[in-house]
Amino acid sequence: MNTLQQLPLLSMIAYIPLAGALIIMFLIPKEKTGAIKAFATAVAALDFAVSLPLWFSFDRAKAGYQFVERISWIPSLGVDYHFGIDGITLLLILLTTLIGVIAIYSSYSAIAERQKEYYILLLLLQTFMIGTFCCLDFFLFYVFWEIMLVPMYFLIGVWGGQRRLYAAIKFFLYTLAGSVLMLLGIIALYFYNTTGFLGYKGLGHAATFSVPKLTAVAAAMPPELQVWLFFAFFFGFAIKVPMFPFHTWLPDAHTEAPTAGSVILAAVLLKMGTYGFVRFSLPMFPEAVKTPWVIGTMVFLAIVGIVYGAMVTLVQKDMKKLIAYSSVSHLGFVMLGIFALNMAGVQGGVLQMINHGISTGALFLLVGVVYERRHTRMIAEYGGLARQMPIYATYFLIMALSSMGLPLLNGFIGEFSILQGAFAKNFWWALFACTGIVLGAAYLLWLYQRVFFGELSNPANAKLPDLSFREQLTLAPLVVLALWIGLYPKPFFDVLRVPSENIVRSVGGATMTPPAYAGAPGTGIPAASGELAPAAPAAAVR
Amino acid sequence: MKVQATDWLLLSPELFLTAAGMILLASSVFVGKAKEELFGFLSVLMLGVTGVLLVFVSTMPERAHGPILGGMFVVDNFALFFKFLVLLAMVLTVLASVRFVGEAPYPGGEYYALVLFSGVGMFFMASGSNLISIYVALELMALASYVLAGYFKGEIKSTEAALKYFILGAFSSAVLLYGLSLVYGLGGKMGLADLAQLYTGMQRTNAIVLGILMILAGLLFKIAAVPFHLWTPDVYEGSPTPVTAFFSVGPKVAAYAIFARIFYVAFPKFQADWGLIVALVAAATMIWGNLAALLQTNVKRMFAYSSIAHAGYALLGVLGFQTKFGMWGVLVYLLAYTLMNFGAFGLIIFLEAKGYAAESVSDFNGLAKRNMPAAVVMLLFLLSLAGIPPTAGFIGKYYLFTAAMDAGYAWLAVIAVLASAVSLFYYFRIAAAMFFTDGVSAKIPVSYALTAAVIICAVGTLVIGVAPESVLDVLHRCVPSKY
Repeated sequence: MNTLQQLPLLSMIAYIPLAGALIIMFLIPKEKTGAIKAFATAVAALDFAVSLPLWFSFDRAKAGYQFVERISWIPSLGVDYHFGIDGITLLLILLTTLIGVIAIYSSYSAIAERQKEYYILLLLLQTFMIGTFCCLDFFLFYVFWEIMLVPMYFLIGVWGGQRRLYAAIKFFLYTLAGSVLMLLGIIALYFYNTTGFLGYKGLGHAATFSVPKLTAVAAAMPPELQVWLFFAFFFGFAIKVPMFPFHTWLPDAHTEAPTAGSVILAAVLLKMGTYGFVRFSLPMFPEAVKTPWVIGTMVFLAIVGIVYGAMVTLVQKDMKKLIAYSSVSHLGFVMLGIFALNMAGVQGGVLQMINHGISTGALFLLVGVVYERRHTRMIAEYGGLARQMPIYATYFLIMALSSMGLPLLNGFIGEFSILQGAFAKNFWWALFACTGIVLGAAYLLWLYQRVFFGELSNPANAKLPDLSFREQLTLAPLVVLALWIGLYPKPFFDVLRVPSENIVRSVGGATMTPPAYAGAPGTGIPAASGELAPAAPAAAVR
Repeated sequence: MKVQATDWLLLSPELFLTAAGMILLASSVFVGKAKEELFGFLSVLMLGVTGVLLVFVSTMPERAHGPILGGMFVVDNFALFFKFLVLLAMVLTVLASVRFVGEAPYPGGEYYALVLFSGVGMFFMASGSNLISIYVALELMALASYVLAGYFKGEIKSTEAALKYFILGAFSSAVLLYGLSLVYGLGGKMGLADLAQLYTGMQRTNAIVLGILMILAGLLFKIAAVPFHLWTPDVYEGSPTPVTAFFSVGPKVAAYAIFARIFYVAFPKFQADWGLIVALVAAATMIWGNLAALLQTNVKRMFAYSSIAHAGYALLGVLGFQTKFGMWGVLVYLLAYTLMNFGAFGLIIFLEAKGYAAESVSDFNGLAKRNMPAAVVMLLFLLSLAGIPPTAGFIGKYYLFTAAMDAGYAWLAVIAVLASAVSLFYYFRIAAAMFFTDGVSAKIPVSYALTAAVIICAVGTLVIGVAPESVLDVLHRCVPSKY
């Protein structure tokens, strides 16, 4: 374990895809598509393999960041190359590397033209996503956060559907507009830490962008400044989540992107926003977050997202668009859990981020499967597929059930924990959110009914082949994960416990009384009232 | 203050450059059209020698003694930075012009000589520490530029551009001169440091402020800030593209040099008077430059408006001149801007091979399929112009936003970042054209000189974006001293 902690493991995970992309770019000619595919898959698989040791050697009991790497990058500004992870990012990185393999492997037959560029972009995207999750320096974070948009823009724009140009630039502009405001927030923090700005007296510290350091500094800021900065960051994150009413880029981007792009968007990119709230907004601006009107606004937007998202999902005629809108609803749940500001809510919210990545990612893959065969995603074109494609129907059923939160599958655990947290905070929040679950069951089951049950009415579907071995291979890991989290989520809650405690404590959860973990025995789901285990060390500031 | 022999040595780059221009001009009489490439290489050679002289000057201890030639010029780090930057712009321009001059039916020696003369003016602008020397240098630069704009004398657009540039340039010079005369008349001093000294013990009067504001208006004309920008799109569109590329960086950078020096050295006392105006102009420039660029279909006009917007960003640094990041940010940004903007123009020139004018965005269609490296490099410049990390443009903008926040102009910083986000829309229309569409499959002839220019820009853009520390460190030492 010690040797692993000393290896620059995070940098390796982040840059293996980049190295692979460069090798493809310069060494493999574009005619050799088979070699490109195989190599890209191998690189992604290697990356996943290298990321696995994180899971085993991660110290669950330790507060603060692990696997830290830090070297000076731009000393005159105080910018460091600073990587490190905690339990939350551990899960997100593992999800990213796993989805990376699946996304590449699932594209073999879907992408027919300009394959070299496609695999280069997927690998680059993976580097930037992992970098975003790993970095503990605001400047570096912003660099990864922005540059990540570029490969996604091209993935949508080149290999997307009919309205791909519109969707690509809309995606880019929306997220950019939000993140530049976040940049101003970062600059403001920098000045608050050093020389002061706009009449606020600076602390006179050495210039730094270190996340742990500035988090501590920000948490002690005057409340009104916290509110300002909270909203500067809010736009960056809320657009990415996306929260209602900033969600309109999402259906376009998701629907137009190629399958692998949608999978990555849903599974990883959307998590950037919720991750930002958990990692930055909550611990940095506790006074702002605790302000009644701020938390009221956040929860209101989250609940509107849940209900409105679900209702819009209900009326979709396009399968992919349906799944896309369901993301708005699901991410609303995540936001609700996070802003419940207690253990159950935060842990559930983070776990639900992973769950959404698994189930929605899988659903996009599944929609991609029939789209590849029929080149249409309209629900009305299908019907009775269960007879023709039984294996496909089974996978789809498992994933739909996981997405709607059926017990024994992953979605249930996350939603249950979130609702627990919300209920402990306010009965009405939980009540409204519950309608989202009901609607979720409605749109997914109705979708399933229309696509899979009944007679095989459309003759075009009569000869559809069932899932190939390769397609099953891309889906199987996600099914396994869904079952694992659904049946035995304790390892995941264990990983999330310490970082969640720190976050909850930073927003005032520490005043509550023990004992903890009386929720559901054996599952590791925390107690309903969201209490904390006593005497956990405060967040280590490095 | 008497003149010393070393003073001339300190000005050796300017003197050499003047002589070089004259040699080029004279020899063009003897060399036929067929051997015109020679002039290109000769110019690069001369510019190389100038660069060596600049390096030599930068090591001279006499620089520390203050203004030279009776207080007319100063060779501080600030001046040297701008001279190197102008030199870079000239080298890039010459490299980018070789193919174009060869194809044009006009004598090439004149062209290079004009570029060099214009450069001499910019060198003197960078060094000027007296209102008179600054004005004369500005006019030297401008006169050569007017002729360059009309280099395609057979084409009506080029002639129109030259005429517009001349009339509006003369007008703005007159405004500037009137301001200078007011300032001189009220204080009896011309040296910037003398003025600053004079003002310390002087009451603010409306007449002085009027003079300052007229100087401000004249300079805002030169950097093409809204509402003094109207000449830019027409001049940029009409001039031959390499000349446009030169205009978009060279004169602009030099104008910023005098702008920054005059207001930093002579008029900081009256910041209350000019600060708000500059802030409003900056806001208007960023907003209108970017919005108007959205509507353009002609690439050169689009880049004209984009360069207007960029002038607006750089004003943030001038506003924050008292803060740590203000002047530093201006320098970082102008370097980044020179590299990325010239690089983008380099690609436009690249596409302008004979019989194929890159005038509209659709001329970029399918570039990725025809020439992938060119498309990728253009993408790099577009990203940098839009301020996406990790590029030089991002680092530059970061400094300017920081300076604005530090100087208390948070509202301006908000406008700046949002305007910058908007700019992505029109820059990426080119990216979309290059990567998402199919275009004509014309084979583009490669010019090695132009390729070299683009590579210089691309490497600079990327290096400053990824490993900026050493460059930042050097530029920090170039923040002006109070002469």
